Order: sequence, then C-alpha cells, then structure tokens
Amino acid sequence: MAQMTMIQAITDALRTEMKRDENVLVFGEDVGKNGGVFRATEGLQDEFGEDRVFDTPLAESGIGGLALGLAMQGFRPVMEIQFFGFVFEAMDSIASQMARLRYRSGGKYNAPVTIRSPFGGGVKTPELHADSLEGLFLQTPGVKVVIPSTPYDAKGLLISAIRDNDPVIFLEHMKLYRSFRGEVPEGEYTVEIGKANVVREGKDISIISYGAMVHTSLKAAEKLAEEGIQAEVIDLRTISPLDVDTIVESVKKTNRAVVVQEAQKQAGIAAHVVAEINDRAILHLEAPVGRVTAPDTVYPFAEAENIWLPDENDVIAKVKEIMNF
Amino acid sequence: MGKNRHESLGLSDETVVEMYETMLLARKIDERMWKLNRAGKIPFVISCQGQEAAQVGAAYALDRTKDVIAPYYRDMGMVLAFGMTARDLMLSAFAKAEDPNSGGRQMPGHFSSKKLRILTQSSPVTTQVAHAVGVALAARMKGENIVSLATFGEGSSNQGDFHESANFAGVHKLPVIFMCENNQYAISVPIKKQLACERVSDRAVGYGMFGATVDGNDPLAVYEVVKKAVERARNGEGPSLIETICYRLTPHSSDDDDMTYRTKEEVEEAKKKDGLYLFRNYLLETGALTEEKDQAINERVDAIVDEATDYAEQAPYAEPESALKYVYEE
Ligand SMILES: Cc1ncc(C[n+]2csc(CCOP(=O)(O)OP(=O)(O)O)c2C)c(N)n1
Ligand SMILES: [Mg+2]
Repeated sequence: MAQMTMIQAITDALRTEMKRDENVLVFGEDVGKNGGVFRATEGLQDEFGEDRVFDTPLAESGIGGLALGLAMQGFRPVMEIQFFGFVFEAMDSIASQMARLRYRSGGKYNAPVTIRSPFGGGVKTPELHADSLEGLFLQTPGVKVVIPSTPYDAKGLLISAIRDNDPVIFLEHMKLYRSFRGEVPEGEYTVEIGKANVVREGKDISIISYGAMVHTSLKAAEKLAEEGIQAEVIDLRTISPLDVDTIVESVKKTNRAVVVQEAQKQAGIAAHVVAEINDRAILHLEAPVGRVTAPDTVYPFAEAENIWLPDENDVIAKVKEIMNF
Repeated sequence: MGKNRHESLGLSDETVVEMYETMLLARKIDERMWKLNRAGKIPFVISCQGQEAAQVGAAYALDRTKDVIAPYYRDMGMVLAFGMTARDLMLSAFAKAEDPNSGGRQMPGHFSSKKLRILTQSSPVTTQVAHAVGVALAARMKGENIVSLATFGEGSSNQGDFHESANFAGVHKLPVIFMCENNQYAISVPIKKQLACERVSDRAVGYGMFGATVDGNDPLAVYEVVKKAVERARNGEGPSLIETICYRLTPHSSDDDDMTYRTKEEVEEAKKKDGLYLFRNYLLETGALTEEKDQAINERVDAIVDEATDYAEQAPYAEPESALKYVYEE
C-alpha cells in the first residue's frame, strides 16, 4: 500500500474514477493546465485531455449551472470551488437548483454532481479563505456533505461521491492536505457516505467530531487516557445525512458526550448532534452533552486564529466538565 | 511617445513627475513585500507590478478630493494616489493592529479607507463593482457631483456581479466608471479562455455605455480616456467601461508558481513594455525629469519604503481578543 498525503489521495481518487468512467469530468478555476491552486488536479489534463479536464471562466454561478446541465445529460461532473468561501457565488446553482432537481422533476432528473472545495482554518488565511461553512448545507435537503479526515477516507469517500447519484459536497480541510501521510490502497475502493467511523474506542465519554477536529479530539483523548479517562472518538465523515445510529450506540455505552466542531457555535453541526442524542438517548445521559466550537464571530485574522479555533485543551476542559457534572 | 503629450492634456511637469513617483513608490513597496515574504516575515503578497501606470493614470483623472474608488487587490498605485501611505500598506502587509485598511483583519491588498473614500473590499472578486454602482446612485440621489470608479481583472469581468452592475448603471445612466485592468491572466487561465469577445470593452455596448480600450502601460493614455469618462459621468451621460491592457509581471501571488502555465520568455518580453520605465524615459525625453532628479526621487522613495518597513515590522499585532469585536454595534 502506498503512503499518501490527503491531496495525493484526492488526485488518485479523481484519476481512478476518470479511468473507470468516461462520463466523469473535472472542471473549475485553474484546475486544468495549472493542476489546481493546491495541485489536487495535477496531471489530469495531460492524462485525460482538455475535453474532460478544463478551466472555466472565473464565474462560480456559471460553473454550478454548467455542472447541473451536464449532469442532466448523463455526465458526472466534479466541479471545484477554489475556496469554499466563494460558494456564496454558486449558492443558487447548488442550493436551489441541484439540491432540488430530483424533487422538482418528480424523480425524473437527478444531479450526480460532486462539488470539491478546500476549506478550514489554521493555515493563516483570513476570512472567506478559512471559514467552515458546511452548516449552510445541513438545511439544504437534497445535497450530501462529506468531510474526510484521513487520506484513506478522502479517496474512498471521493470515489463514493462521484458514483453517488445525488449532489455531494466534498470538503477538503486545507490543514490536512499535506500535514501527514496515511496508507491508501491502489485502485478502486469506496467508503460509504453516511457512515461515521469509531476511530478510538473508549467507555467513559464519546467525543464526536469531523474534519481536522478529529485529530484535535484524538490528541485530547490520548492525554485524557493518561488521566484515566477513556474517551471514544467518532469521526462523522459525512455530516449530512448524519449517522445517528453510530452516535447513539456510542452514547448508550459511554453515557456522556462532547461534540467538537471548528465552525461557529450557533445552529451548527454540534447543535444538531446534541438534538439527535437528546431525542434518542436522553435517558442514557449522565450529563448534558457538551459542545466545543469557535465563537459566534467572523473567522479571525492570523494572529488570533490559534486562540479562536478550538484546540485539544478546549476539548480536554470540556470533557472534564462533563465528566464532573 | 511623442513630445509633451502631458502639456496638451493640461498636466504640468510637476504633476507628471508626481505621477511617476507614485508609480515608483508602488513598485518599490511591492518589490520589498516580495523580499519580506521570501524571508518569512509577511505571509502573503499580491502584486501591482505591471499595472501601476493604469492605476495612477486613472486616479489622476478623478477628483481625488471627492470622488470614490472601489479598487481591487492589485491597486496599490491607485490607493497611493488617493492618499494612502507606504506605512499604511506595510502595516497591512504585516497585518498589524494599526493597519488602517482593516486592522490586520484582511489579507494585504484588501484596501479600505473611509477617510480617503476608498471602499472596503473583500476576497470574493468583483463584489466591489456593485458597491461602486450603489455609491453612484447615492451621489445622484443626494445631488452630489461625485463619480465612483471600480476596478477589476479581466477574469473577474465574467462574474455575474460585473454584468448585473453594468446593466443597472447603464439603465440608470449612473456616474460610475468600470475600469478593467486586463493583465492577460486570471491566476493561470489566459484571457482567451475567459472571454470570447476580442476586447473586454466590447461588453460596453451590451449595457448601453461608452467603452474604450487603452494601453495600460501608458499613464497618459489612461488619464486621457478616464478623464473623458469622468466628464461624461459628471455631465449625466452615464457610465463607461474602460479596459486597460497590462501584463502581470509577477506570479499571481506569493503562493503561485507561474512557470507551470507561462514561459519566462513571455514575461521577459512583457518587461520591455513596463509602463514604469517607459514613462521614465518619456519624462527624461521631454525634460520633465532629469537623471539627477530621478536619482533623488529614487533615494527618497527608498527611504520611504525603508521607514515604512521598519515601522510596520515593529508595530504591535492586534490583541487576539479584539477578533471578537465589530461583529455587531457595541
Ligand atoms: C468569487 C471568487 N472566486 C475565486 C476567487 C479566487 N481568485 C482570486 S484572484 C483570481 C483570479 C482573478 O483574475 P482577474 O480577475 O483577471 O484579476 P488579476 O488577478 O489577474 O488581476 C481568482 C480565481 C476569488 N477571490 N473570488
Ligand atoms: Mg487578470
């Protein structure tokens, strides 16, 4: 098995699917000759030609609409939004068009579009280059939202996203692009969309997270173990639809939970997870479910981001608070 | 360049030398920023190099005591002409608390000064164009004889924001100037993959406005055409779309490697038409500038850049807690 960074795993997934299915197309700003501003599509235009891998004009709403038109004619577009902060420019094409196509056409049309986009903080790029905007799409029925935390999952989930017959937003945390390598099998394999992963087992408390915060949570869990607290860590991997079964099963075992997200607090994924736990496992809880999030302010400037973003100490403190409730 | 074109435009020797000095200052600040970036002292640079002539020529055609600009991230020459200082720009590059643009909250190049009538800009390209239209409508409603000018790249001229703004301004004959700084690339994507019309200014006809394309390496040519657009705006004849033909002499930003999509030869060729040096030669030819004066200007500019760099480097960062401020009225 090869050791890959997340960005390499993403390129590998794209190549694998482009080879397998000639209807897979890759397009967006700077994805062709340049190979993407983060090099995610490097070499693909040379390998698959300019018809299947191409640069678009600088206009996201048009990119989204184009993807939808192609999808209605049987293609599987993988479109890139260069930074997820620029998704607002494409919001109508995604939220009011792609997401509702199947419903609106009474199931006659569907949009197998994959929207890839870098996001996330901690790499000293100010607002709109670092925001966690995934929460916007939790209230958008019709799109799925996938956020991998490892190279293995990135490849398997991206292949699943491309094969999915509904639109999937595939968010790539910039901090994870090159920060570590992991084992990635050659060739095809899939990781199921909508399935969370228990990445660390424990009996005392469930820490539920996704994206870069999975690594923060794992670090916190290691330190907590030194103090005798055995935390279970769940990587959601897909935030919409949410794998409530895996969460509830874990909470029924541990009786306590903390949800960790990088995004701002109000109406976030964590709030939704808390509500699901309350609905399905409230009598199993020994304490309220804790939340570790960013403050409800705009993504900050570089000097402040380490303080603004949740870190392992915030997770440890919250876990102890819930343990001692 | 012919002799004394500036005189026939009504520009004195002093004014054209001042324009040259502004272009030079922009260039030298920009060059210093690259050095600071490569030395690991500032996180990011996005350059004006190759576009200073267009920026300064346009700024001087406006009334810099009352008109409003909505610049984009390369417009260092324009904001300097509007009164921003080298210190202000260096403070922004170092993202220090005292940065008047945003208190270090935005990337460098996201210019803003309420005092200098420079609208604040955000990262999504072309958004500022619509804001300039709002400013022009406000001026009309308040009976102020103010012109607003928005700039943007040729790639950005494909955004809906540009087309929606141009259309509104055309319908309402607003006193706004849309100035495209066509530097041939949008990051890696060349203009031929961005638009099918020959010129960005061809788009003017679709919005019922005056359009012109001009050599963006020639500040006097830009001055002349923008002046005309300003006069039209002030006379109630409506908006204009001015395209200035430039070349981006640097990579897109300090995070870009332009050799993956263009050649060194192409860049070297473009450097021969660098507006800064052509304008210097013109000024020497016409006698507006002498070698001695030029040397004195260069020394003065170097000193300004040194001082600004030292000042900004030593200035304090904003308190991290201040990141929580200015979300709502307090
Ligand atoms: C809405 C939006 N999409 C994408 C980007 C990323 N981006 C920043 S600059 C740029 C290219 C701009 O090209 P152009 O308009 O020609 O201006 P230039 O940089 O060449 O001056 C891109 C794609 C962005 N900032 N905003
Ligand atoms: Mg350009």
